Amino acid sequence: MKKEIPLLITFIAGMVMILQFFIPHRPFSDLQQLFNTWFLIITVFAMILGLGNLFKVHTKRLQRRPKGWWYSIVLLAGFAIMFTVGMVWGPARGTPFDYLFWNVHIPMSSMMFALLAFFVASASYRAFRARTPEATLLLVSAILVMIGRVPLGNYIWNKLPLIGDWIMSYPNMAGQRAIMIGIALGIVSTSLRIILGIERTYLSGK
Amino acid sequence: MNIVERLEKLDRRIIFLLTLLAVIIPLLLPIGFKIKVSEPVQKFYEAVEALPPGSKVLVSSEYDPSTMPEVYPMNQALARHCFEKDLKIIGMGLWPQGIPLNQASMEQAAEEYGKEYGVDYVNLGYKAGGIVVISAAAENIPNTFPLDYAGRPIEEFEIMQGIRNFDNIDFIISLSAGDPGVRHWVMIAQGRYGKKVAGGVTAVSAPAFYPYLNAGQLQGLIGGMKGAAEYETILGTSGTASRGMDAQSIAHGLIIFFILFANFFYLLGKRRKR
Repeated sequence: MKKEIPLLITFIAGMVMILQFFIPHRPFSDLQQLFNTWFLIITVFAMILGLGNLFKVHTKRLQRRPKGWWYSIVLLAGFAIMFTVGMVWGPARGTPFDYLFWNVHIPMSSMMFALLAFFVASASYRAFRARTPEATLLLVSAILVMIGRVPLGNYIWNKLPLIGDWIMSYPNMAGQRAIMIGIALGIVSTSLRIILGIERTYLSGK
Repeated sequence: MNIVERLEKLDRRIIFLLTLLAVIIPLLLPIGFKIKVSEPVQKFYEAVEALPPGSKVLVSSEYDPSTMPEVYPMNQALARHCFEKDLKIIGMGLWPQGIPLNQASMEQAAEEYGKEYGVDYVNLGYKAGGIVVISAAAENIPNTFPLDYAGRPIEEFEIMQGIRNFDNIDFIISLSAGDPGVRHWVMIAQGRYGKKVAGGVTAVSAPAFYPYLNAGQLQGLIGGMKGAAEYETILGTSGTASRGMDAQSIAHGLIIFFILFANFFYLLGKRRKR
């Protein structure tokens, strides 16, 4: 029964969601709304679980004091401060939560992402080599798209933006479509395997 | 170590310094490169332009501060465009950190155009659940978002009167930096409910949306800071994206120079070894 009940729940939930797509009428439309509501509630619990786990992992790190344990203090302090101000004053504009978001979180987050520019520049110099014909093709396409998609490209040669657009609209789109169709077929087959109980790894990990 | 080997193993601090200069100098001393509007952005603009005054536009923010330089200017320009056209904005988001950014964009534009919260725009806030939130909102918006982002009941707002589901929404725009985002709006709002959807995405993810654009599933697409700058150009405004284009142009040029320079010495070294 330990396995049969979860398999039955999965089968019913999966079949209802498939049926409501093709028959968007009662009772399937009502069931879809009900399942959506359940999903949204479960998602929130999953978030709470994630936060609890984060708290637990970093509290343990503080107890054990491995290398770099003080980063856990920063994390827990940040978590506690944002949680407290969010719960007390709410997230609306002009609240302490909003102030911290704009003056602490945004600058730090932007800075982390801005660092990528330096790593991209360094990697382009060190790693982007025309070692094989395929790599050369990729390299040439990347250069044409990169330069064609900034105003500078138009100043160098006014056909560069057109070449960049052509690469994006034809070879890129063909490749993207192939990937999307492949992914979609994979999702369909995996979903069917789970719904029909052929794929059971989510139950016991075996 | 000869000159070729030395250049191949150039100190990364020199690369970092050159990158820093390539970004900072154009920001301090703007060059003013002319921005040419691409077809996907033109389509986006025309789709918004085609809406009659009073239409309800759902703007969903699926980005966070890390992608702010690319997506936030789109959000700001879009809010201005909507208010200029007298369109009503219903904001929401599938990423929690996108909510204050969307709110700030709408507030800023509302101040410029004399619009009022609850009458001309509203922010329904964040709801966890990704694609299921879209699906749930498509069927029943008040049930999915009973409160706005600040915890006020949405039935209090004039803009929400008569809004039940996606049938009462005229246009949907997702500004996204990943998943859940534009792809999911296309899958549910466009694919299932036949709503008009347009998107604003980061430059790195834009290539993945060209198939949707080509198939007509997306009404328009703004890609990265360049797309945002193009949108600002059509609207006749100069925002942060337009100002950033000089720096991005020079930085792209520098990276291309690095690639060509490094490959020249790589091929030279390879020939010498033979």
